[in-house]
Amino acid sequence: MPFIPHTEEDIRAMLDSIGAESIENLFDEIPAALRSGKLTRVPEGMSEMEVSRLMQDRAETDGRYLNFIGAGAYEHHIPAAVWQITTRGEFYSAYTPYQAEASQGTLQLIYEYQTMMASLTGMDVSNASLYDGASALAEAVLMAVRSHKSSRRILMPKTVHPNYRKVVQVTVKNQGIELVEVDYDAKLGTISTDLNDDADFAALVIPQPNFFGNLEEVDVLTDWAHSKGSLVIGVVNPMSLALITPPGEWGSNGADIVVGEGQPLGAPLASGGPYYGFMACKTALVRQMPGRIVGRTVDLEGKQGFTLTLQAREQHIRRSKATSNICTNQGLVVTASTIFMSLLGPDGLERVAASCHANTLALLDMLAKIEGVEQVFPGPNFHEAVIRVSSPAADILRALRAQGILGGYDLSADYPELGQAILVCATETKTDGDLQRYAEQMERILSKRREAPPCAYKS
Amino acid sequence: MSIPADLKYAKTHEWAKLEADGTVTVGITHHAQDLLGDMVFVENPAVGRKLAANEECAVVESVKAASDVYSPIAGEVVATNSEVEDSPEKINQDAFAAWMYKIKPDNAADLNGLLDATAYQALVDSEAH
Repeated sequence: MPFIPHTEEDIRAMLDSIGAESIENLFDEIPAALRSGKLTRVPEGMSEMEVSRLMQDRAETDGRYLNFIGAGAYEHHIPAAVWQITTRGEFYSAYTPYQAEASQGTLQLIYEYQTMMASLTGMDVSNASLYDGASALAEAVLMAVRSHKSSRRILMPKTVHPNYRKVVQVTVKNQGIELVEVDYDAKLGTISTDLNDDADFAALVIPQPNFFGNLEEVDVLTDWAHSKGSLVIGVVNPMSLALITPPGEWGSNGADIVVGEGQPLGAPLASGGPYYGFMACKTALVRQMPGRIVGRTVDLEGKQGFTLTLQAREQHIRRSKATSNICTNQGLVVTASTIFMSLLGPDGLERVAASCHANTLALLDMLAKIEGVEQVFPGPNFHEAVIRVSSPAADILRALRAQGILGGYDLSADYPELGQAILVCATETKTDGDLQRYAEQMERILSKRREAPPCAYKS
Repeated sequence: MSIPADLKYAKTHEWAKLEADGTVTVGITHHAQDLLGDMVFVENPAVGRKLAANEECAVVESVKAASDVYSPIAGEVVATNSEVEDSPEKINQDAFAAWMYKIKPDNAADLNGLLDATAYQALVDSEAH
């Protein structure tokens, strides 16, 4: 599209043709009190050169840190080929592939993505992605309520990511859906397996690994929920699935719906986005699943073709009965994930997952030797764990940051009962030297705090 | 296709037939299947479910749209037709034979509130314009 601004003459001609005096007149209908006026908190514009200088400076401050924060967003190595291929013009389209004859490439990519996600999660079908992991969980809750029919209660453990729980709450609160909080075992940091809920509920949400990085007793929990006639919604880290039991194999019958955040599969850490949510389910629930599904078929000449299936359930036809209210399909990030998974293959994914796990165990081992650090829950873990430190978590994290280390996620706001607790994560991107550096700095900072506790106003 | 005179019709395009045993068989009309096109899925209500008159209780899905099916009268679902669930195209082949579910009516006299074939024909004609 050419960039052609309107000239004063163009604007005059357009205004004359509709009989308006000025552009300002077009807003007459809006009461003055509703007009925002001057935006005093938004700074003045900057020149392109100033902006690019500012961004370079900011990027440098980001890049210098050694990152041990996970908490829902994970740093993984992304082969250069991933985004080189993803950003090719053929993939770079904002158009949704409704017109199958013109979109075979996009449709094939989505088909392959769905096949990989179904295989990774051990489920029958996958959709083509949702907005992000938290909204995918909200959609899964709505889907469970739609298909269960007799109950609008959902068991939502506290070991589910706090932000996910907030997003679900906001999405469902006006629909008469009750989220029942399930506490965790204070010693183990996992959902207690002697759950006793006699009321009818539509689904139990099971995070795996959970927000603390711990592995839940998924088999027992899944069978328990199924024995109550309820569905199981698994919230999983896709990277972990290369190593641990996929949700399709939990308990005797497997989870019913599986959601999660796709970011670990090829999306860089970028100030909170863009990410994407994935969702997979059993065949029996496919007509309740939001989003689109691509199927493979043959045309009249017997040639392979791809097309959107189950379209009648999509929001553009079913309207008020639509199965989704968020139709955002994160096409580009999904493209990157599909290429990421293709390049790594099942063996590559397994190697990455195993390396994350090994690094985390090695880090926990080093930290365990430090006076003033203890692992809060005994494990097993995937690539994240909760540690308790002998000084306030915020103070320790600030001191680590001064040494160029992002030491983890401060749990005090979300889980005050854990005390001075930090969630740490070590992915495959960390070397032995990095782990060593973290442990050394932690030891140095804690021993300094023991000798001279810091003044409350000094970091 | 002619509209069978021995059936009753809802404004929402379901047909209802009072059986000898007192139950009422329900399906969608020829006109409804014609508008929807090729059927691909039928979701019937659960047996034992109590329905109010005009309550949404089933879904028929064609290649074009997913549509709700309403209960013509109040009653309890006593049977569903697994044949149309397995082969939804039977509705396209003969909509008045491919029944969906049977209701034990709370009050069989409620059927009198539905349209007869002539009135339904008039409804179809008026909707065509």
